[in-house]
Amino acid sequence: MNQSAKDGIGAYLVKHLREYGLLFALIAIMVFFQVVTDGTLLKPVNITNLFLQNSYIIIMALGMLMVIVAGHIDLSVGSVMGFVGALAAVMMVSWNMPVWIVIPICLAVGALIGAAQGYFVAFWRIPSFIVTLAGMLVFRGLSLWLLAGQSIGPFPKSFQALSNGFIPDLFGVGKPNVTALAAGVIAVAVLIWMGLQTRARNARYGIEDEPTAFFVLRNAIVSAGLMFVIWKLSGFRGLPNVLISMVALTVVYAFITERTTLGRRVYAIGGNEKAAKLSGIKTERLAFFTFMNMGFLAALGGLVFAARLNTATPKAGFGVELDVIAAVFIGGASMSGGSGKIIGAVVGAFIMGVMNNGMSIMGIGIDYQQVIKGLVLLAAVFFDVYNKQKQG
Amino acid sequence: MSALLEMRAITKTFPGVKALDQVNLVVRKGEIHAICGENGAGKSTLMKVLSGVYPAGSYEGDILYDGAVAQFRGIRDSEDRGIIIIHQELALVPLLSIAENLFLGNERAQSGVINWPETFRQTEALLKKVGLSEAPGVQVGKLGVGKQQLVEIAKALAKDVRLLILDEPTAALSESDSQALLDLLLELKAQGVTSIIISHKLNEVRRVADSVTVIRDGTTVSTLDAHAEQITEDRIVRDMVGRDMANRYPERERRAGDVVFEVANWNVWHPEHADRQIIRNIAMNVRAGEVVGIAGLMGSGRTELAMSIFGRSYGRAISGEVKMGGKRVDTSTVSRAIDAGLAYVTEDRKSLGLILDENIRKNTSLANLAGVSARGVIDENRETAVAEKYRAAMRIRTPSVFQKVGNLSGGNQQKVVLSKWLFTEPEVLILDEPTRGIDVGAKYEIYGIINELSAQGKAVVMISSEMPELLGMCDRIYVMNEGAFVGELAAADASQERIMSLIVTE
Repeated sequence: MNQSAKDGIGAYLVKHLREYGLLFALIAIMVFFQVVTDGTLLKPVNITNLFLQNSYIIIMALGMLMVIVAGHIDLSVGSVMGFVGALAAVMMVSWNMPVWIVIPICLAVGALIGAAQGYFVAFWRIPSFIVTLAGMLVFRGLSLWLLAGQSIGPFPKSFQALSNGFIPDLFGVGKPNVTALAAGVIAVAVLIWMGLQTRARNARYGIEDEPTAFFVLRNAIVSAGLMFVIWKLSGFRGLPNVLISMVALTVVYAFITERTTLGRRVYAIGGNEKAAKLSGIKTERLAFFTFMNMGFLAALGGLVFAARLNTATPKAGFGVELDVIAAVFIGGASMSGGSGKIIGAVVGAFIMGVMNNGMSIMGIGIDYQQVIKGLVLLAAVFFDVYNKQKQG
Repeated sequence: MSALLEMRAITKTFPGVKALDQVNLVVRKGEIHAICGENGAGKSTLMKVLSGVYPAGSYEGDILYDGAVAQFRGIRDSEDRGIIIIHQELALVPLLSIAENLFLGNERAQSGVINWPETFRQTEALLKKVGLSEAPGVQVGKLGVGKQQLVEIAKALAKDVRLLILDEPTAALSESDSQALLDLLLELKAQGVTSIIISHKLNEVRRVADSVTVIRDGTTVSTLDAHAEQITEDRIVRDMVGRDMANRYPERERRAGDVVFEVANWNVWHPEHADRQIIRNIAMNVRAGEVVGIAGLMGSGRTELAMSIFGRSYGRAISGEVKMGGKRVDTSTVSRAIDAGLAYVTEDRKSLGLILDENIRKNTSLANLAGVSARGVIDENRETAVAEKYRAAMRIRTPSVFQKVGNLSGGNQQKVVLSKWLFTEPEVLILDEPTRGIDVGAKYEIYGIINELSAQGKAVVMISSEMPELLGMCDRIYVMNEGAFVGELAAADASQERIMSLIVTE
């Protein structure tokens, strides 16, 4: 029952294989594609592209993680994203509405759609699989109708900046972008400082923590990786706007899930809904909230995606829900709810993104890409289940 | 009589733990053999070795079955030889009929096509044998737990059982269902079926067992022969815990204050069948520092009463009033009930009380997250300190509050549930079967905690199927039958006979 502290490094690694495995898998995949694409993967332009291409997946993965932790699933996010993109296009291009009105309306519409689905799931106890399957069909149909089968664009410059804009270099150097470098240094410092804080607290309460060598090694790798990416970015056009919003959202959602009563309660309903309910937790309201939140983030994803392509197409968001859900499961969330981490979902999304990008550069056909992504998802979840069985 | 089964010097080790150490067990042909021991003593491990769940070669020692060494490689192997285990959690498919369940995996079929007439004919014969008067086509999920238990036994009989092993068969049964089951065991014994029964209920053991083997900490402590000597419950308890338990219920200074909790005109209807009244006109009161029991058979509505009061968690069309300290309070949602000072410790801690995958700390704070947070942000240090405080006060035996509660023993899990509710600082605690499925030593500790609470002036309502427990712990006992209170007894006047007679004469 009790794992004694003397178990040593090997045992620690075995117990936490999943967390390290995810990080190393990402690194291994990046190294692999870096080699087979003759260094194209980590070119500054391509790194920038990686962020731009995957931002909407990551944004939606944040919401999907909460939905899955609460013990549900949302299959409609791809359609909702497409629909909101279409709605934005119609409002801005066909009706000439100003950007600063369109964006809040679109986000509100997304939240409303999520709320509508959440209403049936939470208060009528219809399985989320069915409700959101219905939502997927409804909103795919509605976006076709909105766009009348056509693509609509281009968008005003200020809207495009949502995705394609970059933070200007405040120090005026330009190349390398000093603002980006400074941000990177600060991020690394904050990461290490927070890690040390947690370590100090764990030590105070006698919680088993990773061995010092691991802590140093892991932080060294993460910091080096981060600085490397930032260095590359600063050699191109600096920090993309969307990277900033992504990081900010990730931090906010990590905080919500790990530190707030709201987050704790979401984990509780996923872990044991009946026990949570009998502990005074308003389970219906929380499930409703996770769907509303998902709708909001799907709308944001839709705007970012549309802004990047500079056009809204009827095909936008097609099949994206699968990528988002796959990212969350690759990131270690459990199908039955109650466990999973924001950072896992983000890394999972990056793994999918790097694979997409790398395989495209290599010129692998979309057919094989799908096969490979499917197998990676299966492998990741199999790894989880296998680990759990071995430990239990 | 010769031995049907002999397990010799069985030793089974898991990484780091010796679960069984030189255990010996001799079961004679045609007897009922009881195995007693605290939770974690190694009873289930022993049965898993016997049935081949841990295959031959993964343990040391020999199993002699019918006089020859047997090497079971899996459950199928042992079942082929007539050894059948009925686990505590029944292995029936609720949506299938009795007949389908009885022959599941053992279908009466020719080349894969089921012979239904034959299946039904045999089902009827088997149901008659176990004394269950239900049609073979009835869905198992529609039967009560007692009847489902009988279906399990019939299923074992369908496989030509020679050695029937029952793991805590009466844990979830009412008094009358338990009696019926024990009678059936005696009946089967007369027909030549040998059984092993694992049980915590010593009065039942005494009633049916021909011999008793007591296991403690993975070794055999004693084997008692009911025909050679008088087996007393005290003797078994002493062997189980390794010390004398002169008093199974700790002493408490009884001192009741003012009435703090009152329920009046409480009526509840069934959540699905709108015409079925589950609770009828219940009125009760509890004083500060008082421990009040609710006795009644399973299905009499005790849990439904508690849950309907606690945030209307059961039933519909609920009417009546709840008063705390003389003032009417709103208990219409769980959080309002908690705010009013009520706490309800459920009878089913695993599925209703705990989040098994989370640690002690997170389970402790679950019902009062506001108590460890400021403006919605959890202060993890404070949360840890709170959990540590209760871990120490409750004597939860774990190295830290970061242990997953799923890995704790039943007694420790129950202490975590109690911690969770004490942290909400309730005035009134309703404890539903607080000692179900936990071993003798831990029970004593739970009783001690209840006494401490009453000494602090809390009002405690205790629901229990074990009458001796109510008699030993309570100041007053309400007797419940078919959704209504049929009597109220002061501790001094109460006895098992009086409680039963109140229930049956109604």
